Amino acid sequence: MIRTPAFLSGLGRFYIGLVLLFLYLPLAIMAAMSFNVSPFYQLPFEGTTEWYLALSGNDSLIEASLNSLKIAVLTTIIATILGTAASLALFRYDFAGKRVIQSLLFPPIAIPWLISGTAMLIFFFGTGIGRGLHAILLGHVALALPYVIIVVSARLATFSRDLEDAAASLGASSWQTTWKVTLPCIAPGIVAGALFAFAVSFDQFVISYFLATPGQTTLPVEIYAAIRKGFTPEINAVSTIIILFSMGLMLVVSRFFRFGGSQ
Amino acid sequence: MARVEVRNVSLTFGAHKAVDDVSISFEDGGFYALLGPSGSGKTTLLRMIAGFEFPDEGSIHIGGEAVESVPVNKRRIGMVFQNYALFPNMSVAGNVAFGLQVRGEKGETVRRDVADALELVQLGHLADRRPHQLSGGQRQRVALARAIVTKPRVLLLDEPLSALDKALRTDMQVELKRIQREVGVTTIFVTHDQDEALSISDRIGILNNGRIVQEGAPEEIYDRPKSEFAATFLGDANIFAGTFDGTRLRLQNGEAIDLPSDARPANGDLRLAIRPERVRLVPSAALAESGSSQSSSHLAGTITRRMFSGSQSTYLVESGGQEYKAIVMRGNAGELEVGTPVAMQWDRSDLIVL
Repeated sequence: MIRTPAFLSGLGRFYIGLVLLFLYLPLAIMAAMSFNVSPFYQLPFEGTTEWYLALSGNDSLIEASLNSLKIAVLTTIIATILGTAASLALFRYDFAGKRVIQSLLFPPIAIPWLISGTAMLIFFFGTGIGRGLHAILLGHVALALPYVIIVVSARLATFSRDLEDAAASLGASSWQTTWKVTLPCIAPGIVAGALFAFAVSFDQFVISYFLATPGQTTLPVEIYAAIRKGFTPEINAVSTIIILFSMGLMLVVSRFFRFGGSQ
Repeated sequence: MARVEVRNVSLTFGAHKAVDDVSISFEDGGFYALLGPSGSGKTTLLRMIAGFEFPDEGSIHIGGEAVESVPVNKRRIGMVFQNYALFPNMSVAGNVAFGLQVRGEKGETVRRDVADALELVQLGHLADRRPHQLSGGQRQRVALARAIVTKPRVLLLDEPLSALDKALRTDMQVELKRIQREVGVTTIFVTHDQDEALSISDRIGILNNGRIVQEGAPEEIYDRPKSEFAATFLGDANIFAGTFDGTRLRLQNGEAIDLPSDARPANGDLRLAIRPERVRLVPSAALAESGSSQSSSHLAGTITRRMFSGSQSTYLVESGGQEYKAIVMRGNAGELEVGTPVAMQWDRSDLIVL
C-alpha cells in the first residue's frame, strides 16, 4: 500500500474534480437545457419535453441519425473482421513487405482528417465511386482499419504461439485453432478494436462532410448544417440521446470485458 | 503407441545446421531422453518428430508410416510444452476435452475419457478450475492429461519440468515415469538436465552441434562414454590428455598413467577419463608411511579447494598445472584441509579410454 499525504490527496481530489467538471458539465448543461422551455438557455428552468416532440417530427435529423448508426455499425463489423484477419496474418506469417505494411498502418492515424477527406473526395470522384452513403462507409472503414489492427495486434503480442502449436498437436485444424483458441483469447482486443471502429465512424465529421450528398448525410454533418442555419433546442435533444446511447454502450462493453486484465 | 524411426534427418536454418544427419530409433513403449546443451538441436529434432518443422533431408516414421510431410494435426502425437501452453479460455476439463472434441468425439465418451485422464494425473477434483488458478505442478499435470487423453502414438515432452522448483521437479519425474508406465506410450523427453535424463529415462541420446554423440542406456553412457563431450556432459569427468607410447599414457607435464589392462589403443594422442567419485585421495604423508606408493596408479597434487555438500565433499586438486576433481563420501575418514599434499589414486579398470 502506498500512503498519500493528506494535503496531496486533497489536491488530487480537487484536480480530478476539475477534470470531471470540464468533461461532463457542458454535457450536463446541454442535457438539462434539452428539457428547458427557453430555447436560448434562459433561466429559471422550466421543464418540458417539447423539443423531444419537435425532434420526433424532424425527419432529416432522424434520418441522419439512422444513417450514422447504420454506417457506424457496418463500419464496425467490416473493419473488425478485416482488421482482425489482418492482425492474425501479421502475427502468424512472415512475408515480403510485412514490415512496410506494419509501418504504413500508423501514418493514417496522424494525418489530419481534413487531408484524408480531401484525398478521398478526389479519389472517389476520379474513380467514379462518387459521393453518398456508400462512399462514407468506404471512407470510414479505411479510417477505422488501422485502429483495429493496432489494438488487436497489441493483444496478440501477449498471446503465446505455443497455444496454437498445442491446439495443432491435439489434432485441431488451423480453422478450429483460430475459432476455439486464438479468437477467444484475444477477444478483449477485438472488442476494444470494434469500439474504436465504432467511435471513429460515429464521431466522424470531416470526411463524412466531404462525402455526403444533400439527401445522404450523417448526424454530425446534419447537426453542423442545422447549427449554421440557426441553433434550435432540438439539437440539445438529439445530442442528449446520443450521449446517453454512447455512454450506455461503453458501460455495457466495459462490464463484459475488463480491458488489460489477463482473463 | 508406436515405434518412431528417424533416418538421416537434417534441417538447416539459414546458415545454421540445426540438425545434422541424425538417425535414431525409439522403440515402442520406451522412455527416451534427448539430452544436450542449448543449441544442440534436441528441440528442433523433437519439433520435427511432432511436425512443427519439416526436415530438409531424411525420413521420419511413426508406427511404420512415413510422416515427414504430414502436418502436425494429422500425426496423432501428444505434446507437452515447456510453458504448458494451457488454453486460458477453457477450464481444466475443457483443456483435456479439446483434443477429443476436435476429433469429433461427443458427449459421454468425452466426459468419460476426460475423467479418466484427470484421474490418472490425480486432478479429478480440479476439473472446473481455470489454468491461472493452478500451481505450476498442477498445470504440468493438466498438460500431460491433455496430451495423453487422445491416445497418441508418441508422447513428446519439451523440457516439461524446467519451470518447476527442484523439489517439485523430483516429484514430477517420479509421477511422469509412473504415468508413462501405466499408459505405455512411447515417450521422447527433451532436457538439458543430466540428472533428469539419468533418473527418468530408459535410454538417452546425447546431442551436440546437431548430431547424436552417443545413444544408449543411462548406465551404459555413464560407464562407457565414447567421447570427451559425452563424458563431461553426462556427469563429471577428469580428463587426462597426452600421448600413448605403447605402454603408458604420457601427460604433457611428464607424468605417466597406466591404461586399463584390456585397453589396446593405437600409439599417439590419447585421452582418458575418470569419474570424480572413482578418485581416492590419500595424504602424501600417510602414503610415505605405508610405503605403498607404487601399488596403484596415482598422481601427486595439492588440494586447492573443498566444497562440502552434506553427504559428500568435492575436492579440487592441482597437479602438474591441471585441476582435477575428486568426490569423497563422508565416512570415517576426516576432512582434508586446503593445501594438503595428496596422492590421487584409482583403480586402472575405472579409467575410460575415449
